[in-house]
Amino acid sequence: MTAPFPTHKQEEWRYADLDALKPVWEQFAEPVTLTVGADEELEEVWLPVGGDVQLRRVQLALGEGAKARIFALNTAPVYGRIELEVSLERGAEFELYGANIGSGLSTNEIVTIVRHVGVGGRSQQTIRSVLNGKAVGSYLGKVEVARGAQQTDAEQSVKAMLLDRGATANCKPELEIFADDVKCAHGASVGELDAMQLFYAESRGLDPASARALLLEGFVMGLWDSAKGPGAISQAASEALRRVV
Amino acid sequence: MLDIRDLRASVADKPILNGVSLSVPAGEVHAIMGPNGSGKSTLAYVLSGRPGYEVTGGRVTFDGQDLLAMEPHERAAAGLFLGFQYPVEIPGISYLQFLRESLNSQRRARGEAELSGAEFIKLARSQAALLGMDAEMLKRPVNVGFSGGEKKRAEMVQMGIMAPKFAVLDETDSGLDIDALKSVGAGINRIMRAPDKGVLLITHYQRLLDYVEPDRVHVLQAGRIERSGGPELARELEREGYAEAAA
Repeated sequence: MTAPFPTHKQEEWRYADLDALKPVWEQFAEPVTLTVGADEELEEVWLPVGGDVQLRRVQLALGEGAKARIFALNTAPVYGRIELEVSLERGAEFELYGANIGSGLSTNEIVTIVRHVGVGGRSQQTIRSVLNGKAVGSYLGKVEVARGAQQTDAEQSVKAMLLDRGATANCKPELEIFADDVKCAHGASVGELDAMQLFYAESRGLDPASARALLLEGFVMGLWDSAKGPGAISQAASEALRRVV
Repeated sequence: MLDIRDLRASVADKPILNGVSLSVPAGEVHAIMGPNGSGKSTLAYVLSGRPGYEVTGGRVTFDGQDLLAMEPHERAAAGLFLGFQYPVEIPGISYLQFLRESLNSQRRARGEAELSGAEFIKLARSQAALLGMDAEMLKRPVNVGFSGGEKKRAEMVQMGIMAPKFAVLDETDSGLDIDALKSVGAGINRIMRAPDKGVLLITHYQRLLDYVEPDRVHVLQAGRIERSGGPELARELEREGYAEAAA
């Protein structure tokens, strides 16, 4: 059965391009379920799949002591959405490294719900967006810590770089905590390139355009540092960056 | 080689340099000493073209060219190197990539052939070894996680790789222990002591000058050169302090 079509009134769909989504909704409506058993490990690299509208909906269940690490590049030409619901049992670890790279009139968003169910889970979400033109890049991330999920360590780091005045970044980290011994940190910044970094690069001989391109590459490429095989996603991200810079 | 005439500059509309004049001929090392706030770092930044450092008067010629008319990257390609007092961190970009792209950008601007990956790595390794730096560190993101001393050493490795004609070194000695000071001093002599090169060495203290003997010493105070002399002036300053020496 197809899930009902979303509306902007639903918080998790607030910034979505529903007009673009409508014609293709049926083929995406059901999420994919991934399960990582106790003490098992999963590493996934999510590359753009092609097409104007790209939607990825995943439910990820991590058993006791399970580890999952996801690297995701979101760079659809019209509308891209990566939606991830994660549950962590005792001692599970979840890491998400995601990039929104958008140009023109595109909307790209990463929407997550991370549920710490068991004691001592750790989650780390690092999101970087680079946007030009009138592109929109969003991160909506909710972290829920259940009653009894003590010693949870959850972190969200969200940074966006706007290259044009018309570009928009939305960052919305959200916490819902029902335990009293937890560490939940989040940081968000929307900015331009660091003037001192630019000057440092130019003083070494890079012209301003090359210096900007290099710094943006660093801003995004740092995401893939811990990937076992970063080749494909690095290359795809480089190509996407070349289109926006 | 580097000729500064009556240079005046402001930062955020506040005058910092109030008519600096000095000339460094090819083959010489000049030291600039002075108390905190005298304008030493401002001079370094003005010479390298940092945005926000507004030149309000005077001129600077470098090898006969109008230095102040050039963009920062053009100054680098012309052979000017700034050793930063506080080297900047750039996460996500390895030192090797940063330096290779920078050097090749300079070489393109000069109409020289670019270095291949293999040629560049060989050059970077040899320069790191000469400065006593583990070449593995060059695989790490630019200055990220480096100690203060490692950053300064890395600046000198960069200078060795770029092989500039002229270096402005802004407190390259701060944050260095004695061993690092010796190797950085030896590096400056090896890379920059040549008949066709020059150095402007900005420092608070005499100690780097024990390893890099300057030909001339200038005392900068309140944005002007108050005194100039031979190497003995640095020792006099060390003994008597800036207030006495300027009197």
